[in-house]
This record gives sequence, structure tokens and C-alpha cells, in this order.
Amino acid sequence: MTDEKTLLYSGYQVIPSNFSLEAYKYVFKNPTTIIDAYKVTFAFSVIGTALSVLLMAMLAYPLTKKELKGRNFVSFLLFFTMLFSGGLVPSYILITRYLHLGDTIWVYILPSMISVWYTFMMRTFFNDLPKEIFESALVDGAGEFRIFFRMVIPLSKPVIAAVALFIFLGKWNDWFTSLLYINDPKLVSLQYLLQKIMNDIKLLSENSGNMSIQKDTSSIPTESVRMAMAIVVAGPALLVFPFFQKYFVKGLTIGSVKG
Amino acid sequence: MKEVIKQRKVSTKSKGTLGNRKWQLYGMMAIPLLFVIVFSYIPMFGIIIGFKDYKYSRGILGSEWVGLKNFEFMVKSNDFWNITRNTILLNLLFIVVGVISAVVVALIFYELKSRIATKVYQTIFITPHFLSWVVVAYMVYALLSPEYGTINKILGAFGISQINWYSEPKWWPLILTITNTWKIVGMDSVIYYAALMGIDSTLYEAAEVDGAGKLKIVKNIILPCLVPLIAILTILKIGNIFRADFGLFYQVTRDSGALYSVTDVIDTYLYRTLTVTGDMSLSTSVGFLQSIVGMVLVLITNYITRKINPDNALF
Repeated sequence: MTDEKTLLYSGYQVIPSNFSLEAYKYVFKNPTTIIDAYKVTFAFSVIGTALSVLLMAMLAYPLTKKELKGRNFVSFLLFFTMLFSGGLVPSYILITRYLHLGDTIWVYILPSMISVWYTFMMRTFFNDLPKEIFESALVDGAGEFRIFFRMVIPLSKPVIAAVALFIFLGKWNDWFTSLLYINDPKLVSLQYLLQKIMNDIKLLSENSGNMSIQKDTSSIPTESVRMAMAIVVAGPALLVFPFFQKYFVKGLTIGSVKG
Repeated sequence: MKEVIKQRKVSTKSKGTLGNRKWQLYGMMAIPLLFVIVFSYIPMFGIIIGFKDYKYSRGILGSEWVGLKNFEFMVKSNDFWNITRNTILLNLLFIVVGVISAVVVALIFYELKSRIATKVYQTIFITPHFLSWVVVAYMVYALLSPEYGTINKILGAFGISQINWYSEPKWWPLILTITNTWKIVGMDSVIYYAALMGIDSTLYEAAEVDGAGKLKIVKNIILPCLVPLIAILTILKIGNIFRADFGLFYQVTRDSGALYSVTDVIDTYLYRTLTVTGDMSLSTSVGFLQSIVGMVLVLITNYITRKINPDNALF
């Protein structure tokens, strides 16, 4: 939030001595890439979180039914993925070569759909819900889907809010997926764009020293732009957090995976 | 209204029976399970790439088998021992410093009597957890930047010659430990704090009546209550000791080649072999080894913990 010359002179300070919005103006001067990245990031974060939470709940709920055959086998299948994985390269080959998800928005959503950790967290919570009301609903003739959507989900708001928060922030902060799978500049995530812009500015200011470019690059605020960008990118996620905090601390205490 | 009642009666017959309910539950699990199988289990078969000389044009099945050649090459290279050493030592450092700081922070939260103060401090401590590594890397850069960084400015003010942080490996174990602890301590301390809240308060009261001091209470009552939780969280972390946090080592170090001797870890190496050299087979075999060793480590630590005290084991 400091203007560039002051910054050069006195370095970063906790309290800006020379308040200036110049850097923010620069960041928003060429807004299409940032707005694109915002749109993409917002879209895959919201859609991804919604789908992910729904599907994980649908996986967790049947696992609480003691009479269901194969329940332990499925639990083991899930648990095993926490111990062992094929690694980066086989997933990379599967996703790009066989599923052709590279350079699509789906690569942000589909591969990370189910998190076993959060599924178990939900299962633990569902387990503690009073069984009697479900049984009375069954006697009344409700099917399992009806019970799930009408009773289990509304009763599980705390765990769902906590899991949704974790997943949303995880997706909002995602830069690795873009780094690996996205070439199309229109589809990169916000965090990746932040990283890229910084590297570009660095290159630009380094090159201008060597080459005799007449353009006055010293007027491009580099150091302060970095920080302005960081605020623009980190801001929204930090704003969401306080609203969810009560769910979040609860969610953590629910999250005993053992059992 | 009558219609509705009729329908409900019909549905009692069809949906309420046990067999039907079973299939509804299976149906519910089907789609999520499909995702687990496609994105977690199918890549496991991709491990065979590590035993082949993978050529893009020939595909996985068409590529030639080379047995353990990739593993041989890996073990013989200098990089391998360097990245393994860095990964393990740095992770050990992170675990020890991380656990101690999280427990201390949780104890401080616990001693705070004001609920509002606890809330405020918790929020401040947890916030770094929700910043991406990209943003954290810029905050670290603001401190360490050779020309404008705060730390070099302070050093300059004291007449100490400035340090070019991004090309001097010797400082990085310290920098990485501080950064990592700063990011995770709030989160872990909340878990310990929740456990502290669960301790039966009559225990302290009894101890206080008996004249025990603060330190004695911490040592004899609070720490023993935390041991199971510390054990579980540490088992999880030891199991992941072969996995480095890619963001920390890639973003915070700005992928500076001058620092590789200290900061290059298995995950950054994997990423480089995949994107720079494009050696899929070598990369797969490194990943395979990482996964296998990780799994064995979890099983061993869990086994040992269960021998000592079954309640503390994870499974």
C-alpha cells in the first residue's frame, strides 16, 4: 500500500508512511486477465465445493448403516487410499492422456472430488445422530434418499459447513492444478496468476536493464504491485473465514477419525 | 390430499422393505465410489510405468519392460540421497518444532481466562492456514528480498552486511521451519485446545487443593491427557515424512536453484523430472518408493504405539 519510491527508499514497513493506491490502480488497469481468473476460480470453487460435499455425504451416510453388507470393505477401500497412492505421474497421465481433462475447468473439480479424510469426518458425525428418528421415518415409508436429503443433511449443518469451508478454501488457494494441467491463460486460477504475474514483472524489470528498451519501466510499480496483488488474491478467502469460524472450530472437534 | 396419502401407502410397501433400502444405499454410494476408483485406484496400476521405459508414442502397455533399471538409476544418482536426506531431516525438524509450539500455544490459549481474547488470538493464529503458499511466499519475499527486504534493512541499520537470502542455503532450514510452523501452529493448537477443554476440571481442583503448582499441574495432569492426541497426530505426520509440502519448498524458496542442496525435496524433484526432463518412468519409480516407504512407516509406528498403549494407536 506504499508508493514505489518510498518503498525503494525505506523498504517494507508495517505502517505505510506514504499511503498510495497507485499499485492497486496498476493491478486493475489491465483487468481482463484478473477478472477471468476470478471468474474461473469462483466458478470451480463454488461448483466443486457443492458437488464434493454432496457426494462425500452420500458416501458417508450408507457407511453408518451397520446392517449394510460390504460396509467394512468400502471403508477399507477408502482408508487404503490414505496409506498408498499411485503418485503424481500415473495420475497425470490418466488425467491428461486418457480422460482429456487437461485445459478444462473440470480438472479443478473432478480429480479432487472425494476426500477420504472429510468423508470419515462426516461418517463420525452421522453416526452420532439419533437413530430413532430415522427409524420412525422408515416406518412412515420414507426411502433412504428422502431420509438423507430431508433429515440427515439438515441435521448435519455443523459438519457440512466445516467441511465446505475447508474444501472451498483449498480450492480458492489452488495453484498446483493450474501449474500442472492448464496451458490456456483464460483458465488459470487466481493464485497461479498471482505467481505468474510476479515472475513476469521480475523478468520485465530484469530485461529492461539489459536491453535498451526506451520504455520507462521504472514507472511500473513492481514491489508494491506484488503486495497489492497478494491482498487482492488473499482478501476474499480471509473475509469468508470469520463467518464460518464457529462451525470450523466445532468441525475440528468432531473430526475424530478413529473408529 | 387423499392422493398424497395413497402414494405414501404405496411407497411404504416398495421403499420400506429391507432389500430395497439396501439397494438405495448402494445406489447412493455408487457415484462417489466411482470417483475414488477412477482417481485413486486406477493410478495405482500406473505404477508399472516405473518398471518400464515409458514412451509417449507407445503408450503404457506398449512400452518396454526394463525391470528395476529405473530404481537402480535412481539409487545411484547423487540427487536421490540429497533429496531423501533433505526431506526426512526437514520434516523431522518440522514435526518436533511443530508439536512443541502447538502444545505451548494451546496451553497459553487455555490459560487465557477471557473468552473474547481466546477467540481473537485463535483467529489470528489460524489465519495463516488459509493463505495459499503463493501469498505466503510473497510475505516471506517482503522480509527477505535482497534489495528491499525488511530484514536486510534492519541488518543494514545495525551496520551488518546484507545477506543475499535466496542464494545462501545455510539459512534455509531455519527459514523453512519458521515459515512452516507459522502456518500450521494455529490449526494444530486448536485441536490440542479442544482436547484440553475436555479434561475433567475436578482433576485440577483436587490438585490445587493438594497444593500443586502450575508447572506440576501441567506436567502431571495436562500433558498425560494430551499424550494420546499427540501420539495420533505424530503417527500421521511420521507416515508422511517422505512427503514434503510442495508449496513450501517450491513457492517459498522461489524455486531458486542455488538453494537446491538444502531445499530440494522428493516432491520438488518429482515435479522437475516430470516437467523439465519429462522422464515419466524415473518420476513414477521415485513416487512409488515414496508411497511404499510412507505406508510401511505408518504401519510400523502404529504397530509400536499399539504395543505400548493400544488406546493411542490410530487403527
